[in-house]
Amino acid sequence: MAITLNINGKTQQVDVPAEMPLLWVLRDVVGLTGTKFGCGIAACGACTVHIDGVAVRSCALPVGNVSGAVTTIEGLSANGDHPVQKAWVKLNVPQCGYCQSGQVMQAAALLKMNPKPSDEDIEAAMAGNICRCGTYTRIRAAIKEAARG
Amino acid sequence: MIKIENVSRRTFLKASAALGGSFALGLFLDPITKLHPFYGKYIGLGSAEAAEGVATPAGTLSPNVFVSIDKTGTVTIVAHRSEMGQGVRTSVPMILADELEADWSRVKIEQATGDKVYGNQYTDGSRSVRHNFDRMREFGAVTRTMLEQAAAIQWGVSALECKAKNHKVVHGPTGRSFDYGELVDTAAGLKVPSAKRVALKDEKDFRYIGKPMTSVDFPDMMVGKAQYAIDVNRPGMLYAVVEHCPVTYGKVKSFDAAEALKVPGVKHVVEIPQNQPPIVFNTLGGVAVVATNTWAANEGRKKLKISWDNGPNEVYSSDSYKKAMADTARQRGKVVRDEGNVDKALMDAHKVVKADFYLPHYSHATMEPPSAVAEFKDGKCEVWSCCQDPQAARATVAGALGIDEKNVTSRVTLLGGGFGRKSKPDFAAEAAILSRQFGTPVKVTWTREDDLQHAYYHTPTALHVEAGLDKNGRVVAWHSNSVFPTIWSTFEKEDPQLGHAIELSLGYLDIPYNVPNLRLENGKAKAHVRIGWLRAVNNIPNAFAQNTMANMLAHEAGKDPYQFLLELIGPDRVLDLSKTAYWNYDQTYEEYPIMTSRLKGVLRVAAEQSGYGKKLGSREAIGLAVHRCFTTYVATAVRVQVAADGSVSIPRVDVACDTGRVINPDRVISQMEGGSIYGLSACFAQITAKQGRIEQSNFSDYTVARMTLAPKEIRVHLVNSGSQYPPGGVGEPGTPPFAPALCNAIFAATGKRITELPIDTGMLKA
Repeated sequence: MAITLNINGKTQQVDVPAEMPLLWVLRDVVGLTGTKFGCGIAACGACTVHIDGVAVRSCALPVGNVSGAVTTIEGLSANGDHPVQKAWVKLNVPQCGYCQSGQVMQAAALLKMNPKPSDEDIEAAMAGNICRCGTYTRIRAAIKEAARG
Repeated sequence: MIKIENVSRRTFLKASAALGGSFALGLFLDPITKLHPFYGKYIGLGSAEAAEGVATPAGTLSPNVFVSIDKTGTVTIVAHRSEMGQGVRTSVPMILADELEADWSRVKIEQATGDKVYGNQYTDGSRSVRHNFDRMREFGAVTRTMLEQAAAIQWGVSALECKAKNHKVVHGPTGRSFDYGELVDTAAGLKVPSAKRVALKDEKDFRYIGKPMTSVDFPDMMVGKAQYAIDVNRPGMLYAVVEHCPVTYGKVKSFDAAEALKVPGVKHVVEIPQNQPPIVFNTLGGVAVVATNTWAANEGRKKLKISWDNGPNEVYSSDSYKKAMADTARQRGKVVRDEGNVDKALMDAHKVVKADFYLPHYSHATMEPPSAVAEFKDGKCEVWSCCQDPQAARATVAGALGIDEKNVTSRVTLLGGGFGRKSKPDFAAEAAILSRQFGTPVKVTWTREDDLQHAYYHTPTALHVEAGLDKNGRVVAWHSNSVFPTIWSTFEKEDPQLGHAIELSLGYLDIPYNVPNLRLENGKAKAHVRIGWLRAVNNIPNAFAQNTMANMLAHEAGKDPYQFLLELIGPDRVLDLSKTAYWNYDQTYEEYPIMTSRLKGVLRVAAEQSGYGKKLGSREAIGLAVHRCFTTYVATAVRVQVAADGSVSIPRVDVACDTGRVINPDRVISQMEGGSIYGLSACFAQITAKQGRIEQSNFSDYTVARMTLAPKEIRVHLVNSGSQYPPGGVGEPGTPPFAPALCNAIFAATGKRITELPIDTGMLKA
C-alpha cells in the first residue's frame, strides 16, 4: 500500500505493506542504510531513529504505525555537526562504528529531553543500546561533553 | 627487502613434529609472512615480494602496490587489512605515511581487494601491526627516497642536499622546495631502489608513529555513510536469508516452499548446498528465501516447511557435556609439558589445593551479523563481504562456484565487528551461490538468531588443577588437565579430539609460574558444533584458571594475592619453552620472548594505579589478574561493588598494557577498553545446547554487557611504549585478564569463590 512518510525533512511515498518495519523500509526501499539492523526485536538499539524527536527502535515499528516526522542518522544535522556527533569524534568514541548510528541517535534524543543528564539518566537512556566493541565509557564521557556544549 | 627468519622455520618444524607433521611443507617454510601453516592452509597467503615491480599508471608514482602519488600530490595508501574497530585502516597506513613524510590531510586510504599481491591480508591474531611495521616503513622510505632523487634531478643538485619534509622536498642550501605532486613525473621514471639501500627515519623525526590519530572512518560513521557489507546495494539486487538446520551438520530431507512463495515480495526458495565435515569455511547448507527486501525474505522464511535429518549431533546437550568434560579433566590426560616430579611433590606438599574450572561456549555476536553481497556475471563473481580475510573469501567463493580464483573479485567493506567470526566467510559463499543461480546480485543477511545459533563457537573448557604448597606457602607443584573440543575439528578429516599445539600455546604451555614440579595435560573432547576462534581464543579459560587458582593458593597460604602472584611468577627471566611444542603467535621466540619482568611490570602498574591495598567499602574490593598473549602483557585491576541482592557494579578498571612499541596510542587504549568489556560479557553470557540446538536466540538471552554493567571508568596505562620492544598485538590481549580480575575482586568483596562462568549472581547475595 502507498504510505506517506516524512524522512529527514522530505515527504515521500513508499509502496510497502503496512506491517513492514520502518527499519527495512529505510534500508531496503528508501536506501538510507545508516540505520542498522542488529537484532530485529528492539533489544540492541542499532536501528534507533527519531520520530518527532523521540528515539524509537525502527526494527520493531510497523511502518503503518509511523505517525510523525522520521529523522535518521543521515538527517540528524546538515554537516555532521550536531553536538553529539562532534563530541563523538572529539573523544574518538567509535570502534567498528556499526552501533554508533543508534548510539548517536539515542544520545541526541536524550539531550533534547534532558540537556544536563546525570550519570543515572545517561545509563537509563543508553541501556538499550549494545556496543560489542565496548565503547561504553567513551559514550558516557561524550554525552557529558556534548551536554557541556 | 623481506627478512628471512630461519629461526621461525626451526620453531615451526618443531611444532610440526609435535603435530605429526601434517602440513604442507611449502607453506610451512614461508619465510615472508611468518605464518603458521594452519593459517596458510585455510586462509589467503600471498607473497609480499610480489608487491614490487607492479606497473605504474601514467602520471603517478607507484613504486609498490601500497602507495601511489598523483600530480596533485594526493597520496593514496592501500589498506590491505580489514577494519573492524581496531583502527587498522589508520594505524598501518600512518606508518607508511610517516616514513614518506606525507601530510596526513593529503592522504587517501583505499581498501585493497583480496589479492596475494599484498601478501598476507588475514586480519586476525592481533598481528596487523606486528607484521607490517617494518614493511610499511620500508615502502614509505623507498617512495620518499625516489622523491628526493627526483627533486635533485629537477634542480640539478646532489640528492644529499634534498630532504623530504611534510609533503615537500626541500633543497637545504637554498631553501627552495617542490611539492610531491611536482616530482611525480620525474620520480616515476626512476628505478625503484632496494629497501636495503634506503635510510629509515630517525625515531625523533616521527610525525605520526606514537601519536594519537583519529581513525579515517569516523566522519563517515557519524553521518551514516560508512559502508558495511550489510549496506551494499547493487542494481537489481535481491535479498536473501537462509534457514540452516537447527542441529549442526544436519541435512535438508525435504521442504515445501508453497506458503513461503505466496508472501508478497518473495521471488525464490532454493536449497543451499550441504557440505559435510570438516566444514572449513564452506556453506552449512539449508534453504534460502530470496525476495525483494530483507523483511519479505524473513516473512517467507517463517512459512517454510522443512523436514530435517538432524544427524548425530542431536546428542549434544551442554549440561551432560559439561559433566563429561569435567570428569575427563579429573582423569589423566595427554602430558604436554612435564617438569620435575609432580606426583611426588603433591604427595610431599604441606597442603594440596584442588579446583575445577569451567567456561562455556561463547558466540562472537558482532553487531553487524554476517552479511555479503555477490554479483555473478559472465563467469565472474564480484563479492562484497565483511570478511577478516578477503583472500579466504575469494578462495571460498571460487570453491563454492567451482571457478578459478582469478574470476572472483573479493571486496572488503567495513566490518561491524569481527572478533574472529568474520574470518570464516561461509556467508559470502551463500551469496555467491544464490547470485549465480538467479542471475542477479544477491545480498545474504544473517539474522541475529542465525548468528547466535550457527556460529563458529568459542570452545567450552573444563580445567582441573591441583597445586601443592610447602610450609612457607610457596607453590611446589602444579598439575593441570585441560579439556576442550578443538578448533581443528572444524578443519580436519580425522575429527581430532585433543588440543592442537597452537591452542595449547594460548596461555597453557606458557604458564608463567615459577613452579619446580609442573605437569600440564590435555584430555579429549568431541566437537558437536562448529568450533572456531573468538577474540583471545583459549587464552580466556587459561588466564581465568591460572589467575583464579593463584588467588586461591594465596588465601590458602595466608598471603596477600598480589605479592603472592609476583612471587609465583618468580625471578626475572625468559621462560624456557624449548621442551614444548610452543607456538609464539607467528613470531620467533628470540624476537618476542616471554619475559617475566614485563609480566610483573604490568601487574605492578595495575596494582599501584588502581589503589590496590587501600581500605574500601563493605562488599567492595579490587581484584587483579595478569596474562601475556599475542606477544603483549596485560594486567587488569577490577574494582567491584557487590550489592546485597548479588548484583555487581564496577566503579573502575585499571589496565596496564605492555605491548612494546605503540603506533597509535588512542587505538591501543581503545582496544584495552573494548577487550575489557568483551571479557566482562564473557562473565555474564553463555551459549548452551540442548539436543543439538542452541538455546539462546538473540540479545534477550545472550546477555552481553550493556552500559549499565560496564565499568564507570577504565584507565589504561601504557608501559614500555617506546622503542624498547618491537610492537605487539592489541586486539585480543585485553580480554583474558578481565574475568579472573573481576572474580578475584568478588571473592575479596564477598568471600564467594567463582570457578565457573558465567557468574551466578544468585550465589553472591549477602
